[in-house]
Amino acid sequence: MASAAAPPHTGQQGLGIRFDRVERRFGPLVALRSVSLEIIPGEFVALLGHNGAGKTTLLRIAAQLMRPSRGSVIFVGPRPGAPVADLPGKPGDEIPAASVKALVGLVGHSLLLYDELSAAENLTLFAKLYALDSVSARVAAALESCGLATRATSQVRTFSRGMRQRLAIARALLHSPRLLLLDEPAAGLDTQGLAWFSATLERLRGDGCTVIMSTHARNESLDLATRAVVLAAGRVQDDSGPGADPRPLLESLRAEA
Amino acid sequence: MKALHATWTLFAKECRLEFRTRELLTATVVFSLIIIVFFSFAFDPTPAESRRYGPGLLWIAFFFAGSLMVNPSFAREQINDTLDALRMAPVPSFAVLSAKILANLLFLSIAEAILVPVFSVFYNVSLAGIVGRLILVLVLGTVGLVITGTVFSAISAHARMRELLLPVLLLPFLTPVLIAAVSTTISLFGDARELDRTWVTFLAGFDIVFLAASWILSDFLAEG
Amino acid sequence: MKARIPITLLVAGLVFFGGFAGLFIAPDEATMHQIQRIFYFHVPLWTAMTLALSISCFSCIAWLVSRRPTFDLLAVAGAEVGVLCCTGGLITGMLWGKPVWGIWWTWDARLTSTFVLWLLYISYLLLRELVEDPHLRATLSAVFGIFAYLDLPIVLLSTTLWRTQHPQPVLFGGPKSINHTMMMVFLLCMVAILGVMTLILIDRYRLERLRFEAEELRVEIESREMDAQQLPARLRVPGKELPAKGTA
Repeated sequence: MASAAAPPHTGQQGLGIRFDRVERRFGPLVALRSVSLEIIPGEFVALLGHNGAGKTTLLRIAAQLMRPSRGSVIFVGPRPGAPVADLPGKPGDEIPAASVKALVGLVGHSLLLYDELSAAENLTLFAKLYALDSVSARVAAALESCGLATRATSQVRTFSRGMRQRLAIARALLHSPRLLLLDEPAAGLDTQGLAWFSATLERLRGDGCTVIMSTHARNESLDLATRAVVLAAGRVQDDSGPGADPRPLLESLRAEA
Repeated sequence: MKALHATWTLFAKECRLEFRTRELLTATVVFSLIIIVFFSFAFDPTPAESRRYGPGLLWIAFFFAGSLMVNPSFAREQINDTLDALRMAPVPSFAVLSAKILANLLFLSIAEAILVPVFSVFYNVSLAGIVGRLILVLVLGTVGLVITGTVFSAISAHARMRELLLPVLLLPFLTPVLIAAVSTTISLFGDARELDRTWVTFLAGFDIVFLAASWILSDFLAEG
Repeated sequence: MKARIPITLLVAGLVFFGGFAGLFIAPDEATMHQIQRIFYFHVPLWTAMTLALSISCFSCIAWLVSRRPTFDLLAVAGAEVGVLCCTGGLITGMLWGKPVWGIWWTWDARLTSTFVLWLLYISYLLLRELVEDPHLRATLSAVFGIFAYLDLPIVLLSTTLWRTQHPQPVLFGGPKSINHTMMMVFLLCMVAILGVMTLILIDRYRLERLRFEAEELRVEIESREMDAQQLPARLRVPGKELPAKGTA
C-alpha cells in the first residue's frame, strides 16, 4: 500500500477543484459559510467533520448538483493552473462545460440507480448517457470487477445493501472520472465489497485521479489519503495542506473519535 | 446528434420502466373509464345528447386522468435520487425533459386509443369516416397537455402536496386547449362531420409556443 | 420616503374625485344608463391587472437571468396585486352583468378569461406557498410565472373565439364614439386606479424586502455567534491547540 507520506502524484490525469469563499444556504439553514479550498490535481483528500458540518453539501456543489449561494467553484485541468470551466456563484451567466460533467463521478448518500432496472440495464443506461464506446464490454467488465456479474440481469430492488452500494460505486467509476467524489462510500459495504473498494481506490490514486472522500468513521481507506481537511459548522477548521503529511491530523482525529 | 441519442436512450428507459410494471397505464385507463361510465349514470344521455356532450366528457376524462398521470414523471425520480444522476450526466436538460414528454405522450395515447372506441360503443357515437381527423385532434390536444404537464411535474416535484398541486397548476392553464379540443371534436361528431381549421391551427400554435418555452427554460427546471 | 405622504394624499384625492365623477358627473349613457358607470372602474382595473402581471412576468425573467433577490420579491408583489385587481375586475364585471343580462354569471369571453387568469395566478401563489427552500421557490415560480403570462393572450384568444356576449368595447376598437366628458372621467379613473395599484405594489414589495433583509440579518447574527462559540473539544488535539483555519 502506498504510504500516506508520499507526495501527491504529479497529477497528470486528475482534475483540480478550487472553492472560492463558497457559501450555501437552504433558507434559514446555512450549510457552508465561506469555504475556500484549493484541491490540486491528483490529491486524495479525506474530508472529515461531524454530521451537519457541510461535507455532503460541499460534495454536491463539486458535483454541480447545486450552485453556491455565494462564491465560486472552478475546475482546474490536468495541467495545474489551466482552468477548464467556471461555475460562479451567480448562476445563469455561465453554463458548466459538459466536458467537466463527463469527468466527475459521485457516490452519494442515495443510490442513484433505478430499482426497477437490472444491474446491467442501469450501467448500460449511464454508459450511453456518458457517450462511452464499447458499451456492453465496459458494462460487463464493471460488473465482473465489482463481483455482480452473476446478478447482471436481476433488478436492483432484489439486491442486498452491500450489493447496491457496490453497484453504485461501479456506476460512478464507469466513465473513468478524473475527479471522484465519495460521500461515505463504505457505508453498507460487506467485507468482500470493502476489499474491492480499497483496491479500486489504490488503483485510482496510482492513476492520478483526484479523490475527495467524506467520511466520519474510522475508515481503512484513510490510509491512502494525501491530505486531510476538517469541516466544522460550515467552515474549514483544519487542513493538513497539499503536499504535507496528513497523518498527524488524522491520528488526532482518530484518537478523539 | 448526441442530444437526440441521449433523448432516445432516456425515452427507452422510461418505456422500459413503465412497461415492466404497467401501473401508470392501468391506473390511467381505469380512471378514465370510471369517469366515462359515471357520466352515463349522472346524465343518462340520449344519442343526440351523447354526440353533443360526449366530446366534452371525453376530453375532461383525458385531462383529469392525464394530469394525474404526468405527476410521477419527476416524482418517481426522487426514489434513490436518480434525477441527480441524470443531472450529473453530460446530457442537455431538455433531453431529459423531452424524453419524459415523449414517454407521457406515448402512455396517454395508448390510454386514449383504448378509451375512444369504448366511448363510441357505450354512447353509440359512430366514428366512421372521422377516425383520421379525430386522431389528429387527439394528438394535438394530448401533446399540449403532455408538454405542460411534464414541465409542471418537474416544478411541483419539489413542492409539498404535489399530487394536488399539479392538477391545480395544470388545469386552469390548459383551458384554451380544452376549449379548442372540445369545439373541434364537437364539430367532428356533429352532422357536418367537418374539421374546424381555426381551432386546429390554434392547438398547433399552443403546442409550438409551449414546446419552445419548455426548451428555453429547461435548464432552470433542472436546478436543485 | 418623504414624498410618500403627499403622493398618497394625491392618489386618495384622485380616487375620491374619480369615484364622484364616475357616479355623478359623467353623463348618462344611452343604452345602459346607470350601470354603464361601472365601466369607469372595470376597465381601469383590467388595465391595472395587466400592468401588475406584466411587471411580475418581467421580474420572473429578470430573476432567472440575474438572480438578484429584488426581482423575486417584485414578482410575488406583482402577482398578488394582479390577483387583487383581477378580483376587482371579476366583481365589477359581475355587478355590471346582473342588471344588463339578468344573471350574476355567464360564460362569455371576458368574464371567463378573467376567471381563468384569476385561477392561474392563485395557483402561482399556491405554488410559492408550497415550496420551502427560498432559492428553489424563486426559480420554480419564475418558470411557472413565465408560462402563466404566456398563457394570458392565449386564454383571451380562445375564449373570444369561443364566445362573445360582452358589450362592444367602447374605447378599444368599438364602433361607437365616446362623449368628451365620459373620456375625461374615464381617464381620471384610470389614473386613480393605476395610482392605487402602484402604491399597493410598492408597499407589498417593501414588505417582502423587509422580510428578506430581516432573514439575512438573522442568519448573519447566528453565523457570528457560531464562530464566537467554543468549537467541540473532540476536534482539537489534546495538549496542542491547532489554530482554526477558518477563512474570513
